[in-house]
Amino acid sequence: MENEKHHIVPYRLYIFVLVGLLALTFLSIAITGIDLGSLTVAGALAFASVKTYLVLKYFMHLKYDKPYIVSMVIFVFAIFVVTIVVTFLDYLYR
Amino acid sequence: MEQAKIVVHDHYDAEASKIGMWLFIFTELLLFGVLFVIYSVYRYINHEAFHLAAEELDTFVGAVNTVILLVSSMTIAMSTTSLQKKNKTITLALTGITLILGIVFLVNKYFEWGAKFDHGIFPGSEYLTENLSQGEILFFGLYFIMTGLHALHIIIGLVLIAVVMWKVYTGKVHAERAALLENSGLYWHLVDIIWIFLFPLFYLIH
Repeated sequence: MENEKHHIVPYRLYIFVLVGLLALTFLSIAITGIDLGSLTVAGALAFASVKTYLVLKYFMHLKYDKPYIVSMVIFVFAIFVVTIVVTFLDYLYR
Repeated sequence: MEQAKIVVHDHYDAEASKIGMWLFIFTELLLFGVLFVIYSVYRYINHEAFHLAAEELDTFVGAVNTVILLVSSMTIAMSTTSLQKKNKTITLALTGITLILGIVFLVNKYFEWGAKFDHGIFPGSEYLTENLSQGEILFFGLYFIMTGLHALHIIIGLVLIAVVMWKVYTGKVHAERAALLENSGLYWHLVDIIWIFLFPLFYLIH
């Protein structure tokens, strides 16, 4: 392979990320315990999205990957969002 | 680059392996993605029934499984670091912890599903079809399909991790040939991400 060295991620960083993920998990449990109506779902999904971002960026090493892999990941999530939006445009306005 | 040409029979390309793994992960994301679309449409149509049916699920068990998966994700991520630091023992220990946590997750799932089956809640059961509304039946159908498919992915991930551990042990996977461990890690994180969404959508709607 090329000379480029793999970036070695320190253990410490993974521990920080895990603490963040656990905190977000407990926060999302706490927030869905309160009745916020339709905001409850939105809140739970927002927490899940932040957690996914952390997992993708640090655990799955996207932070250290080349930009083209990152853009492919963004593209796939964009396809998913478009699918959801189009489906609900159909259901909400039929 | 000049030196790399000497090893002609060495078909190792970490970057190509990584791209392949990501492409596979994309197909998995869309597979589960479509199930999430189906879930959200049915939930939109059967709002009340989904709330009612979700009461049956134990948030505590779901939360425990979430913590288990998050920790196991961290340990396998750490194992890529220890492999690069050429520390075989720690790599094996970290992947071993991931393996054990994955098994604990499945054991929890077994008892969770077992309790549902004891209450007569399983796809096509008499209790479901006679006592529950269409929306509740849909909720449990999606619950079993999505958590079941997820559990299947856990099992596949565990097999992968076991193979990687063996290869680390025999020295076939090492700091200069880390792709198999890294890609198994990616797969395990994917399984983690799917659970990150399954947990609030099934356990946290009250």
